[in-house]
Amino acid sequence: MDERILKQFRAIVGDRGVISSPEELHTYECDGLTNFRVMPLAVVLPTSTEEVQGIVRICYRERIPFVSRGSGTGLSGGALPVENGIVISLARMNRILEVDLPNARVVVQPGVINLDVTGRIMSEDYFYAPDPSSQSVCSIGGNVAENSGGAHCLKYGFTTTHVVGLEVVLSDGSIVHLGGKTLDTPGYDLLGVFVGSEGTLGVATQVILRIVKKPECIRTLLAAFDSTNGAGAAVSEIIAAGMLPAAIEMMDNLAIQAAEAAVHANYPACGGLLLVELDGPTTEVETLMDQVDEICRKCGSWEVRVAQTDAERAVVWKGRKAAFAAVGRISPNYIVQDGVIPRTALPRIMDEIVRLSGEAGLRVANVFHAGDGNLHPLVLYDARIDGQEKSAEALATRILELCVEAGGSITGEHGVGEEKKQMMSKMFAEPDLETMQRVRCAFDPLQLSNPTKVFPRTRLCGEKPGRYEPHPLEVAGIAERF
Amino acid sequence: MMPTRASSATGVMVEIPWEELRGIVGDPYLKPADREDAVVGVQPQMVVAPGNENEVAATLKWADQNGLGVVPRGGGTKMDWGNPPIRADLVLSTARLNRVLEHEWADLTVSVEAGVTVEQLQSTLAAHGQRLAIDPLFPERATIGGILSTNDSGTLRLRFGALRDLIIGITIALSDGTIAKSGGKVVKNVAGYDLPKLLTGAFGTLGVITRAVFRLHPLPRLRRSFTFGFESVKQGNELLLAIQASKLAHTALQVRASGEGKCELDVRFAGAETGLDAQSATVRSLAGSGRESGDSMGVWDSLQKLWVDAENCVIAKFSVQPTEIAATCERFKRTTDAGTIGWRAVIQGTGLGWMRLDASDSAALDVVLRDLRNQIQTFVVLRRPATLAEFDVWGATGDSFPLMLALKQQFDPNGTLNRGRFLGGI
Repeated sequence: MDERILKQFRAIVGDRGVISSPEELHTYECDGLTNFRVMPLAVVLPTSTEEVQGIVRICYRERIPFVSRGSGTGLSGGALPVENGIVISLARMNRILEVDLPNARVVVQPGVINLDVTGRIMSEDYFYAPDPSSQSVCSIGGNVAENSGGAHCLKYGFTTTHVVGLEVVLSDGSIVHLGGKTLDTPGYDLLGVFVGSEGTLGVATQVILRIVKKPECIRTLLAAFDSTNGAGAAVSEIIAAGMLPAAIEMMDNLAIQAAEAAVHANYPACGGLLLVELDGPTTEVETLMDQVDEICRKCGSWEVRVAQTDAERAVVWKGRKAAFAAVGRISPNYIVQDGVIPRTALPRIMDEIVRLSGEAGLRVANVFHAGDGNLHPLVLYDARIDGQEKSAEALATRILELCVEAGGSITGEHGVGEEKKQMMSKMFAEPDLETMQRVRCAFDPLQLSNPTKVFPRTRLCGEKPGRYEPHPLEVAGIAERF
Repeated sequence: MMPTRASSATGVMVEIPWEELRGIVGDPYLKPADREDAVVGVQPQMVVAPGNENEVAATLKWADQNGLGVVPRGGGTKMDWGNPPIRADLVLSTARLNRVLEHEWADLTVSVEAGVTVEQLQSTLAAHGQRLAIDPLFPERATIGGILSTNDSGTLRLRFGALRDLIIGITIALSDGTIAKSGGKVVKNVAGYDLPKLLTGAFGTLGVITRAVFRLHPLPRLRRSFTFGFESVKQGNELLLAIQASKLAHTALQVRASGEGKCELDVRFAGAETGLDAQSATVRSLAGSGRESGDSMGVWDSLQKLWVDAENCVIAKFSVQPTEIAATCERFKRTTDAGTIGWRAVIQGTGLGWMRLDASDSAALDVVLRDLRNQIQTFVVLRRPATLAEFDVWGATGDSFPLMLALKQQFDPNGTLNRGRFLGGI
């Protein structure tokens, strides 16, 4: 990178706040999606809002695109650097600034690790609800960018439900405050549109979180079924009985094998494993747990276990949360997908995945948030075998298409990023995407903040919107506009 | 009917080609407006009721090209909220967009057109033991599009979140005729920007909502409600915080206070019999010196009751931190003590509150309002007597206001939709 600009960055963050040597830059050339790599011109590590503002002002003046990065655990390439751009790492902005228990608010810098928020307040029996599987390493800023979910969002909602205020540095260097400690600040819900915008609308430099009181009682049940369809039927019955569990997770045989190999969760060997967690007042949870137990047995479960202690619960969850990484034990390479379907479509889509997997000659392990239809098919392959990576990509893409055709989404919690931006055209028609881009043009007219992500093509902010064309799925009568 | 005249932006009188609009929606659905259709004192000329979202889009495009001001309207229950429109030629009624499209009860979602009333939707959902977990104002007339645009919420928000947390998909028509959707039909979805949230509470200034998709919740099995009376708001506030800090799973929590100084706290639980018994015992022990009153189920429409006989009153929505509730009521008391102004307030456990000021003397009311608007950061005046001096009912703008203006410019560059009615004259 141009020494003149590096000097300006150093003037703001000091020599140790700027990384520009190729060896060190390698660390930053990808995020959790490792098959995409771009070398940034430099990485800048600010420690305060003012420093972020200073860096962004330089970028604005020099028209240098920037990508903000938390812990780099994202799975869609959201923190992938862009050509001729810099990376702004928020890792050093990792302080918890304020804990306000009576009002259930915690104010943090974006580099704070997700689990550390709960760590700070758990002695007072509070927790921060969004719990992505990477929660021991991922940052709050990254969660805000991706609107991260997790197993417990079935009941508690996503990151967007738990972020009530933000301080943001916009791409022109101005600082704005969205939302706040109190609810319903007058004006547009800019906070709502910022959370989940994948770093394309600016850099969050301070986050006000809503925290939740730990329920009186938490019980986790494991039920073994012969197939995921049996487990799926039990899920439907649980929902139909009017229950809202804290989490409902499912794993198929391959995923169970992987989890067992990695963390010895002592799962029963079966075709479909269901994990149901209920929480709330003790008497209520116990009554409902008996019902869940009964439903599972009625739907063909031959083994039902309820984790009796916190330690047992922790092991059960450890297996589930380690499942992605564990697949590395049974396959040299794999693609993680994140499609969502209406839950009732589960049996049909599972059958179809099995069929497609057979056709392609590739194994697919399935781990999913069954309560909300968020699938995580893991397409296993061996990159050393000629052509296998390509067919794995094709299979993964086909699975996402199935999700869209079933009325679902291409991503439930991992984000679009670089990876799925072309898939956006399968889910949305051109006017939908064009309308979303109007938001982008209002926030970042020069498109400096994580450009080229999320959308299949960049819209120039002066560009005239196009004419409405029917969506391909509408023409085919598969989908309606909603 | 003769074409009506209107002044264009350049000041030249031009004729509005209403017959073109009649061609878009069909003869019976374009009618002259009467005095009942006035919007915060501004009289529109016509009322149009498009029959589907394509007609909504075509109507907007036509109005935009002719430089008209459009005011979208659902059930018309909250038309007096907001600032007066700078321009209101045409009221766009969503009355004919009145279908519940798909209740996917097994997936706990529903897709609904904007003109469906809250009550109509809830009764459809109840057939499968489900509900949209909101209890907004005037459910028998308020529509889905209307409650979304005004971000109305009630007592259930504490447990189930606001509309922004329940909406999962939206279709909107923009003033240039674009029809766009965002979100989808599944609860978990992060593909693209979250326009459902952006449009919720946008007061109809960015686009007209034509459809929405929501996540649903099961209807509660049993409900139980308690009311405790206190001599001061401070005691009520303390119990509210104690309940919030407890492990109770209450579904609603509010404090009611008034100029007379006394205070009631209401709390509601939902669930199965055994769970309710245990929680009842806990809340009673927390309540300490609070006097428990007998029948408590009737207290949950206290918010809506603020609107009864309120023609000459001020009604405002405010937002404070839960720890500030007593201090806020103390402020109401101090500000109104000097004069003959009565007040009462309903404040939820979330810190969102609504208050009403009763006064015959509008000069005194002006003074009180100015004080409260200066002292409470979020204080939005929803209803005010016409005799009051003009002010922005939304309060002061913050540092994000330029962004809001830029959004308006992107979505509705000619200011066709509800111009002037929102924050800062958007």
